[in-house]
Amino acid sequence: MEASKDYFAEVRDGKNYQQAIEMVPYAKLLGISFRECDDEGLLFHLPFDQKNIGNTMLPAIHGGVIGGFMENAAVIHLMWAMESVTMPKIIDFNIDYTLSGRPEDTYARCNIVKLGKRIANVQIEAWQSNRDKVIAVARSHFKLIIE
Amino acid sequence: MTEQITDIGSRKYLIDDPKILNMMVDGFFGNIPHANTLGIEFVSIERSKSCLKIPYKKELAGNPSTGTIHGGVIISIMDSVGGMAVFAALPAIEAIATLDLRVDYMKPAAIGKAVYASAECYKLTNTIAFVRGVAYQDDENDPVATCTAAFMRASSHAVATTEGFK
Repeated sequence: MEASKDYFAEVRDGKNYQQAIEMVPYAKLLGISFRECDDEGLLFHLPFDQKNIGNTMLPAIHGGVIGGFMENAAVIHLMWAMESVTMPKIIDFNIDYTLSGRPEDTYARCNIVKLGKRIANVQIEAWQSNRDKVIAVARSHFKLIIE
Repeated sequence: MTEQITDIGSRKYLIDDPKILNMMVDGFFGNIPHANTLGIEFVSIERSKSCLKIPYKKELAGNPSTGTIHGGVIISIMDSVGGMAVFAALPAIEAIATLDLRVDYMKPAAIGKAVYASAECYKLTNTIAFVRGVAYQDDENDPVATCTAAFMRASSHAVATTEGFK
């Protein structure tokens, strides 16, 4: 636990985005990446991959992939924003699907609504080629581990 | 031949047709590459209910130091099992789409053990299917996560036909 915590702090401070993803097997499996943008904070990116399809007839990305991508974005966003680098524990995740995920790249951005001593509330938004057409919005509560 | 439903008290269930049931059991994941990516397996299906399982794999871990599976995996299996429960409640084949889904995480899944997910479509209206589900390992009454979801019915005209199954 301790070793990986120090390692994450090093990764974060060095802005080694890909290394942060490598640490989370599930994020690596989906093919998630992210980077820091000057004024808008972290931008998460899920490149299109045939293995993430949930419906071959439409076709559409699996709702669970969109949800998992957004949840993972929230975890990394929190860890990037907090002093402490202990991994937050998810309490609940609430997602509304507004459009089906077409077979193309998906993006997400997070907003920390409340960062309390023990609980954090994060909102996540996902879109594809058109930034104005949101394909899903989610909100999630996390338990923060007190050092 | 046109079929007439004369008995008002009973309604048709798509999965009462053995051909459809076999298709659900054998071919459900053929059209869902993501289910294969995660390793989701079919367990059971009955009227308005379904059950799936996902064996433990290191690739599904969310926390690198503990190896616990990622919450996103639970979202995927819940969405899949919920959709299957809706199919198990439908009178005829039609396309469905998840409107919203909420997962409450009760406890981390134990490492190395399969996670089961079962769901029930407890209300079907003309436009919406309401679903609740639970993810567990050893005991359904000691869940890893619970879930509620709403699905939209007839979400696409492209596949909302029974022609292929007559």
